[in-house]
Amino acid sequence: MSLTLEQVQRIAHLARIEVSESEALTTQGHLNGIFQLIEQMQAVDTTGVEPMAHAQDLSQRLREDAVSEGDRRAAYQAVAPETEGGLYLVPKVIE
Amino acid sequence: MINKSLKELAQALGTKQISSVELSTLFLDRIERLNPEINAFVTVDREKSLKMAADADARIAAGTAGALTGIPIAQKDIFCAEGWRTTCGSKMLANFIAPYDATVIRKMHHEAGLVSLGKTNMDEFAMGSSNETSYFGAVKNPWDRERVPGGSSGGSAAAIAARLAPAATGTDTGGSIRQPAGLCNLTGLKPTYGVVSRYGMIAYASSLDQGGPMGASAEDCALLLNTMVGFDERDSTSLDRPVEDYTRGLEQPLAGLRIGLPKEFFGEGCDAGVMAAVQGAIKEYEKLGATMVEISLPNSHLSVPAYYVIAPAEASSNLSRFDGVRYGYRAPEYGNLDDMYMKSRAQGFGGEVKRRILIGAYVLSHGYYDAYYLQAQRIRRLIANDFVAAFQSCDVILGPTSPTTAFKIGEKSADPVQMYLSDIYTIAVNLAGLPGMSLPCGFAGGLPVGMQLIGNYFDETRLLNVAHRYQQATDWHQRRPDGIA
Repeated sequence: MSLTLEQVQRIAHLARIEVSESEALTTQGHLNGIFQLIEQMQAVDTTGVEPMAHAQDLSQRLREDAVSEGDRRAAYQAVAPETEGGLYLVPKVIE
Repeated sequence: MINKSLKELAQALGTKQISSVELSTLFLDRIERLNPEINAFVTVDREKSLKMAADADARIAAGTAGALTGIPIAQKDIFCAEGWRTTCGSKMLANFIAPYDATVIRKMHHEAGLVSLGKTNMDEFAMGSSNETSYFGAVKNPWDRERVPGGSSGGSAAAIAARLAPAATGTDTGGSIRQPAGLCNLTGLKPTYGVVSRYGMIAYASSLDQGGPMGASAEDCALLLNTMVGFDERDSTSLDRPVEDYTRGLEQPLAGLRIGLPKEFFGEGCDAGVMAAVQGAIKEYEKLGATMVEISLPNSHLSVPAYYVIAPAEASSNLSRFDGVRYGYRAPEYGNLDDMYMKSRAQGFGGEVKRRILIGAYVLSHGYYDAYYLQAQRIRRLIANDFVAAFQSCDVILGPTSPTTAFKIGEKSADPVQMYLSDIYTIAVNLAGLPGMSLPCGFAGGLPVGMQLIGNYFDETRLLNVAHRYQQATDWHQRRPDGIA
C-alpha cells in the first residue's frame, strides 16, 4: 500500500493541519516508510482474536451525578488566546 | 551531597545536617551553571522552588514531615503544575501556564513535601526516542554531549545523570522512561498501567501512557514511587487498589527466582556490546541464586507496527483539543474558523507530532479502520497473551532495554522508522500494560548499557527487589559521567 499525494492532503485536511505542496511531498515519503513497517501486521491471521483496546479489562466507573468541581472559569480562560465577557472568541461562523 | 541517595538525603534533612533550602539551592546553582550546555530543563523558577523548600523545612521543624519531605526533584514538563509554565516540549504550549495541578504534582509536592527544581525537556508531546523533537532544542547526554539522552523523558534522564537533580519523574508510552534511563546509566520504572494517575499528565496515547520514577537506583525509584501512586477518581482508568510500600521487598533474597529470557530479545538486531553487558548481568543473577528459563514472546516483532497504529490513533484524537481556541498557540493571521484551526495547528506542532496525527487520522478513517486499527488491537491481544503464557514459567523477564547505546544527535532524526525501531524491546510492555524497569548493567564503547526487567501485573515490588539486589552486588549504577562535578 502507498499513499498518494491527494490522500496525504485529504488526511491533513481531516486533521485540520495546513500543509504546503512541498511539505505534503516530504510527508508522503515519511508516511509511506512508516506504513511499510505497519504492513507487517497484515500477514498475521487474527481471526477470532478479540481486539484489545485497553490494558485492564474494566468497565467505566460511575459516580453520583453531582457537582464536584468549583467555578474556575476565570482561571481557565486566563490561558485562552482571546476571550470577552466570559466567552471564547473565534472568527465569525454565522453571517 | 550531590551523589547521595534519597534515603541519605532524607537522613541529612532529618538530622538537620542540611536544610531543604540549602539542598535545593545547591541543585538550583548546579542547574544555573550546567544546564545551558545540557539543556535538560526548560523551566526553572528559583523563587517558587525555594518557597517549597522553606515550607518543607517548616514541616521538618514541626515534626510533620513525610519520608521524602524537603528533597528536591525534577518534573517532566508533561505534568501540569499550577502557576508553572507547562509546555510538553511544544511551541503549541510554549506560553501555557497551567491553571491546575496534575495528581502526581499534588501528591509529590503538596502531600509528600518534595521540592520541584523545575520542568524538564522532553520530546514534543512525548513523541520521540531521542529528545530531538522538542521545540526547546535537543538535550545532550552527559556521558557524551554529541549524543542523545534518549526520549521522550530525555531531559529528566540528563538532569539526573548530570546531578542537576537527585531524581525525577518520567512518563512511558512506548519506552520513554526505560530507554532514556538505559542510555544515561539510570534506573527507571514504568508501573503497571493504572497505578499512577494520568490526571493532569498531558495525554499522548491514553491507553498506554503511564508516569513513573527515574533515579540513580532501584531504592530511590521505590521511595519515589511511594509518593506517586494511588487511586484517583479524576482518572477513569485509575485502579482502586490497597496502598503498598514499594520498599518493603527490596532486601528479599533472590534464591529460587526464575528469570525468563525471551529468545526474541537475544537474537539478531542487538549490538554485540549491549548483548555482552546483558550476558554479564545474567551471570551475576546466577551467582545471586536465580535460575534462567528460556521463554518465547513469538509476537514481539509485531509490537512496533501495532504501536504505530494504536498510539497515533489515540494521539490524533487527544491532540484535536489543540485548536487555538481555549488554550495554546493561535496563528497570528488567519481567515475563517477552519483556516484558524489549520494554521494554528500547522504552526504550533512540530514535524513528528504532525506525522503521528496524520497516521492516526488515516488509520481511523472510513475504510481503513478495520484493516489497521482493529487489526492492531487484535495483535495487541496476541502480544499480551504471550506475556501471560511466559509468566507461567518465570517470575520476571530480562533482556536489553535498547538495541544500541546512545546514538549521535542527528543520526536517526531524518528517518522516522529507524528512530521507531530503537524502542523495539520496550513497546510490548506498554501494549500489555505490564510494569517494566531499566537499570544499568555495564558499558559498551564507554557508553552506558541498560537491562530491562519486566514483571507481571502489579509486581513492581518484586521488580524493585530484583533490581536492588543486583545493585547491591554491582556498582554500575554508581558510575558517573566525567566533567559534571
